[in-house]
Amino acid sequence: MKKHDIKHHLSKELLLAYSAGHLEEGFSLAIATHISMCDQCRAELESLEAMGGAVFENLEPNVIDTDAFAKTLALIDQMPEQTKMKPKTTELPEPLADYVGCDLDDIDWRPIGMGVKQKILVNSEKVSARLLYIPAGTAVPEHSHKGREVTLVLKGAFKDEIDYFGPGDIELADGDTHHTPVASDEEDCICLAVTDAPLKFNKLIHKIAQPFLKI
Amino acid sequence: MLLETKIRTEERSIISSGHVIDTSSIESTSNVSLANKRKNVWAELIWKVEAKKDVSAFEELFNHFAPRVKAFLMKSGADPQMAEECSQEVMATVWRKAHLFDPSRASASTWIFTIARNKKIDAIRKQNRPEPEQLYPDQDYEPDQEAVVELQQETERLTSALGELPEKQRVLVEKAYLGELSHSEIAEITGLPLGTIKSRIRLALEKLRHAMM
Repeated sequence: MKKHDIKHHLSKELLLAYSAGHLEEGFSLAIATHISMCDQCRAELESLEAMGGAVFENLEPNVIDTDAFAKTLALIDQMPEQTKMKPKTTELPEPLADYVGCDLDDIDWRPIGMGVKQKILVNSEKVSARLLYIPAGTAVPEHSHKGREVTLVLKGAFKDEIDYFGPGDIELADGDTHHTPVASDEEDCICLAVTDAPLKFNKLIHKIAQPFLKI
Repeated sequence: MLLETKIRTEERSIISSGHVIDTSSIESTSNVSLANKRKNVWAELIWKVEAKKDVSAFEELFNHFAPRVKAFLMKSGADPQMAEECSQEVMATVWRKAHLFDPSRASASTWIFTIARNKKIDAIRKQNRPEPEQLYPDQDYEPDQEAVVELQQETERLTSALGELPEKQRVLVEKAYLGELSHSEIAEITGLPLGTIKSRIRLALEKLRHAMM
């Protein structure tokens, strides 16, 4: 991934929830991918982890079994040797590469209309995470959210009523956000979109299509 | 403790509820410097585990941290047997991943907390947790010793500051990591003064980036 000036960062609320281990998998994927691209948010996360470490250090210790140390040494013998470095398999940040499994060019996209394509990565009851492919100059149909949406730009850029978002940028939206992201004219845009409730499209045709598109 | 605490007013930070705490001004000189030595000892012990596969160094780490890992997991909802087994797995991971510990970015407690947290997500919440890319510097990279000492001191200040917080805030911070907070509770504690430690970590990351291939 190219290095860019990232202008839109993660919120402290999201970073706190991630540092404490409370976030759903789909959101964690967006957070981990952004942090892989952004040292400012990495430092923020690690300082929140230091706070977690302080809470942990101050805990009243619990009594452990007398043979716990011996059992732990036995466990170590059974564990595989850690490799020093994972070889990079794709251009994508590591956490995302684990889900996508190939380069952006090789993804088996599913069309969802108007030239927009998607690839679903996580689809649990509460949260879904997908890659969206938006051709240059094309709009993602206007939608609002019942819940939270985190969008991370991976390639290209989009603009909406709120601002302009380039590679590495995060857009956070909630139930009050109505927006129509449009990919910039220069390049097709690929982003990771995570939602904790189904998106609501504001035109009837999209409402009908929604259950089939899983969007 | 109070007698030993000097507050340098210019470095005060205000958290959102209006209470004043200051992570950098708590100079309970004797206590903190003793505690710093102890903290650096933990980092040193992890280094011995990594470089020398030193079992007695590991036993010292184990005796201090394993009972805390178990306490953390029980407070996070594990039953005693699960917490016992998982704390052994966490400590085994400490041995196996010792080479990933970077004392210019985290104290030993912070690093072991993150391993315990990941075990909690994996074993109790039964979820995958995507992790940020690891940063691997080239082989000759050694974290700057001064940066290591500063980070360890800063963590110790943070730990003391947590103890000095008004009861209500302290409980909220604990709940943030051990339980779960509501939205308004989160807003109350995101004003915590982590600025100093964050800038130290940021500098350490910059140095690390320069040392990367």
